[in-house]
Amino acid sequence: MTTQTQPRTKIYSLWIIILGITAIILISAIPLFVVQDSEFGGADGLGAETVATLAPDYNPEWITNWWEPPGGETESALFALQAAIGGILIGYFFGYLRGKQKGRAEINPSPTDET
Amino acid sequence: MSLKKFKNPKTIGWLLLIVFLLSIQVAWAKSSAAPSKMHIMEGYLPLGWAIFWWVAAIPFWVIGFVQVRKVITEKPQQRIMLGLAGGFIFVLSALKIPSVTGSSSHPTGTGLSTILFGPFITAILGTIALIFQALLLAHGGLSTLGANSVSMAIGGPLVAYGIWLLLKGKTPTWLSVFATAFVADLATYLITTTQLALAFPDPVSGFWGSWLLFAGIFAVTQIPLAIAEGILVVLIFNALQSTASNELKELGLEGV
Repeated sequence: MTTQTQPRTKIYSLWIIILGITAIILISAIPLFVVQDSEFGGADGLGAETVATLAPDYNPEWITNWWEPPGGETESALFALQAAIGGILIGYFFGYLRGKQKGRAEINPSPTDET
Repeated sequence: MSLKKFKNPKTIGWLLLIVFLLSIQVAWAKSSAAPSKMHIMEGYLPLGWAIFWWVAAIPFWVIGFVQVRKVITEKPQQRIMLGLAGGFIFVLSALKIPSVTGSSSHPTGTGLSTILFGPFITAILGTIALIFQALLLAHGGLSTLGANSVSMAIGGPLVAYGIWLLLKGKTPTWLSVFATAFVADLATYLITTTQLALAFPDPVSGFWGSWLLFAGIFAVTQIPLAIAEGILVVLIFNALQSTASNELKELGLEGV
């Protein structure tokens, strides 16, 4: 990734960026190796148990989801779809911004200029 | 040039911090295995509370909607940034990340939008992601949409925006950005905790007993994820500074 230094704005070097990404990956991956006897299971369902302990008489069935994914496979597909939609937005708009910046730099070599 | 950076005391500090955080993770992992969750599931709030949080959320949606329209009509350039901020929330809230407690949870992604557009527009963007999850994934629900919006799309961003205004320009950019994203994530969980404790106070120890019980479940799971999210938002904001300086300037975020 090339970075363009601009006045008063500090742009990190590639090393710092790699360091940051590594940290993120480590934070999210280390539990997989450290916690052995777990499936990292459905977070939502487990919280319900606490409610059941605190208020055994409470009936959460007074309303149910109008539709539920039939199984784990469909559910993960839909989660992937959600992430994909977000990823497309981010990628598209970042690409747009970079292209715009590049186009501006080609027309006018001085980087501080406004459109 | 790049290697010199490693001799920089700041870089060494960062490295030490990461090592420290990882060691905390390992320590935690050995000590606890509690479940956690993100959104309140459908039906898991009594009708009264469900309505209460819906009503509480409405003013924020209204103001947010007006602000979104204003951005779209008056600053059409910023539509790009709106899309980016919304996309970011979509991606991050779809990622269930394993945590040291042996369960999964996901980040909120609302920090970036809070920095760029403030809490009201974030309320709209966050609620869109929540509706998607409630309708298609049975993750959260319609009765609890109000409560989940108040925690993830409104309350978390609101608290985080306070932090942002407090730190902006006074601390290095990375620190202000990191703190804002970190707080947006964590505050979301504390609000969820409060909502559940209010609806289900412990029969013996009351609201606080219940609060501590839910908080114990969430906090440990969420802190590492909030840290990861904070780092990610720092990187994204940095990338924006290099590619979207004009847009940031228009949002009043130049040299913050």
